Amino acid sequence: MKMTSNAKAHGIDISSLQREVRDLDLSSETTTLQVKDLRLSYGDKEALHGINMDIPKRRVTAFIGPSGCGKSTLLRCFNRMNDLVDDCNISGQILLDGNNIFERTVDVADLRRRVGMVFQKPNPFPKSIYENVAYGLRIQGIKKKRDIDETVEWALRSAALWDEVKDRLHESALGMSGGQQQRLVIARTIAVKPEVLLLDEPASALDPISTLKIEELIHDLKNDFTIVIVTHNMQQAARVSDYTAFMYMGDLIEFGVTDTLFTNPEKKQTEDYITGRYG
Amino acid sequence: MRISFTEWKKSGSPWIWLNAGAVAICVIMVVGLLGLIAARGLVHFWPADILQAKYSSDGNQSLVIGEIVESEQVPAEQLRDAGVIVPDGTKMMRRDLMKIGNRDVGGMDFTWVLENNLSEQSYPQMLFATERREWGNFYGYLRALKEGDTLVGQYAGYDKTPEYMALWNRFEASIERALIIRKDIYQIEKHEIGSINYTLERLRLEQRSLELNEVSDPAPYAAIEVQRAELNANYQDLQQSLIDLYTKINRDSIVAEISNGQQVDIAVAKIVRAFRPNDMSVTAKLAHYGDKLWEFVSDDPREANTEGGIFPAIFGTVMMVILMSVLVTPFGVVAAVYLREYAKQGFMTRLIRISVNNLAGVPSIVYGVFGLGFFVYFLGGNIDSLFFPEALPSPTFGTGGLMWASITLALLTVPVVIVATEEGLSRIPRSVREGSLALGATKAETLWKVVLPMASPAMMTGVILAIARAAGEVAPLMLVGVVKLAPSLPLDANYPFLHLDQKFMHLGFHIYDVGFQSPNVEAARPLVYATALLLVMVIALLNISAVQLRNHLREKYKSLEM
Repeated sequence: MKMTSNAKAHGIDISSLQREVRDLDLSSETTTLQVKDLRLSYGDKEALHGINMDIPKRRVTAFIGPSGCGKSTLLRCFNRMNDLVDDCNISGQILLDGNNIFERTVDVADLRRRVGMVFQKPNPFPKSIYENVAYGLRIQGIKKKRDIDETVEWALRSAALWDEVKDRLHESALGMSGGQQQRLVIARTIAVKPEVLLLDEPASALDPISTLKIEELIHDLKNDFTIVIVTHNMQQAARVSDYTAFMYMGDLIEFGVTDTLFTNPEKKQTEDYITGRYG
Repeated sequence: MRISFTEWKKSGSPWIWLNAGAVAICVIMVVGLLGLIAARGLVHFWPADILQAKYSSDGNQSLVIGEIVESEQVPAEQLRDAGVIVPDGTKMMRRDLMKIGNRDVGGMDFTWVLENNLSEQSYPQMLFATERREWGNFYGYLRALKEGDTLVGQYAGYDKTPEYMALWNRFEASIERALIIRKDIYQIEKHEIGSINYTLERLRLEQRSLELNEVSDPAPYAAIEVQRAELNANYQDLQQSLIDLYTKINRDSIVAEISNGQQVDIAVAKIVRAFRPNDMSVTAKLAHYGDKLWEFVSDDPREANTEGGIFPAIFGTVMMVILMSVLVTPFGVVAAVYLREYAKQGFMTRLIRISVNNLAGVPSIVYGVFGLGFFVYFLGGNIDSLFFPEALPSPTFGTGGLMWASITLALLTVPVVIVATEEGLSRIPRSVREGSLALGATKAETLWKVVLPMASPAMMTGVILAIARAAGEVAPLMLVGVVKLAPSLPLDANYPFLHLDQKFMHLGFHIYDVGFQSPNVEAARPLVYATALLLVMVIALLNISAVQLRNHLREKYKSLEM
């Protein structure tokens, strides 16, 4: 693969990225997020035409598909980010551990704490590195300095950032490189210990080395979190994910074990896309 | 190489020249403006030499003594029309404005003299000038110093002799002594008696409110009476010490000879300072200049605002602007946050925005009228009848004052703050808001912890613009609380320290008052310039501190480079 040679040229050991060979089977997984006949429209235009899928617990699920296919829109449904869009209408259900997140009684802030999200472009707050990670904790009302200190260190270690920033925790986060900023945002997100981590093209604005670091990180994080990642980069999906969903024009075309989907897709459309015939 | 006109035009240079020219003209105008008022205003404090000369007009000869304040060329024709005899052949003549002082003797302290008619001009070292607490400056020769009725020293000559210097030094020591006593008198009159009067007034109001509430229990009345008796006793004591001090301060007087040879008595207590400018070195003059300048910015005004300092006006201006900022910032920010973040964007918000923008264009005097009608009469009147019935019929808040002036100006400037804050809020990247929301923060938390801090430089921009506009406003203030002379500062040691109901002085109004309402126009003119310069400096200072604060905030919350 192209990325591999790039990585080798940069002298990075990518053996950790090689997925351990394992028998994966969607039907035997525990489900974290269950999507039931999800339809979403912006005004008159329907963007998702009834999606049904089960996202397995503590696995990496990748959404791939051409631009405008609705993969980001679907991702933003999981933590109700679409609530912020004015004329957005949603029908259907998404069950998080069995409870519909669109229920009126659901506390959106609490849902978003449980379902964290990392955006395409790094968006650290104009605060210190420490305060960025502590932000979510303070929002939750945690006041004890020791607890916050511990969690900040844990989150930064988990995001493989601790060694780089431990001496300048109280400097502005805006002075970091793009890749560091994105890992900081990941640290900030996992600091509140969410169950699900949504990654919306987390590496698309980064250089290859930073991308590789993010991918390594995803690999490490899946032991603790259910991860859903949207990506344009099919190699990336192949490298980091256990399961892959291919979407096209607001429909879920195919969803299955990544290896199978890439090597032996069931649907013609999927094959056309992954072989680069369109999209 | 020659470049053709069309090519030159095509290169864009004409536009660059045009723009640069416009900028240059602006800069020159600003510098020129500041230079003019600085030159006209600052010269006033310099101790000018005193001229002594023979002046002949219509065959009469007299001696004139005074400072030349300004000179101008006058057409001879005009002078002939006025009945002045002008030699044939002259077209223009020089005319000087002389400050001759001694208003108590001559009635006028300025006079125009024709340069041609002045002869035997000299600057005698022994001529002295004094600034007095009334009747303006005095110019003349020192002849004698008296303590009570006893003569302490005298001198009759015109030369600088040790004998004269001894007399002069005793005179200076006498002035020094009077000034020290005056400081004590000021302390007692202004602070001690002032605070007793203030407390007495509060006791009177307390008693009145007891009466109004028909309290029949005699105990509180008796308590008030006891306090009042105590205060009155204190007052008597102070009154006695004041009388003693006044006797002490009125002990000394001098005798001086003026231009027509007349001898005049002047009480030393009335003298602020005395100096002999013709005998001063440049360093002494500089020291005198610094002294005068300091007096100007730190002292109370004297003689219908034409002498002394303008400290109360500076204080009033700064106080009013600060109060205005404190009022306008939360008000404008809250309005902008609601409009931008919470209100459903549509016809109503558009209407509100248009109204807000138009509000900024309403002439300021209209705000003054509104402030007078709504704040002073309606709100103030109601506040008085609700909370201060004991003081009626004299109004507490039902008349112009610091608070109403600040609120009126806050109203005048709130559109600026709203617009600037909205602008700032709209510039916060959506991604940062989403980042906060995605961490489980509510909209309000996001607003408080991320959006508002990031928008704070924009708010400061609004406040800066508001300050710049409010500090220079005069018209509305004349209706809602500014006065020519305020008896005390709105901030003092008497509870509740900040007197929002008090009237105050303002630099802008001071300029208007001194320049156009003063009985002594010639004396006031340099002060108009000096006060204008000071007003500009005060506004600049307020602005600079606000800009500093904004830059600090900008550095702290600099937005992401998106």
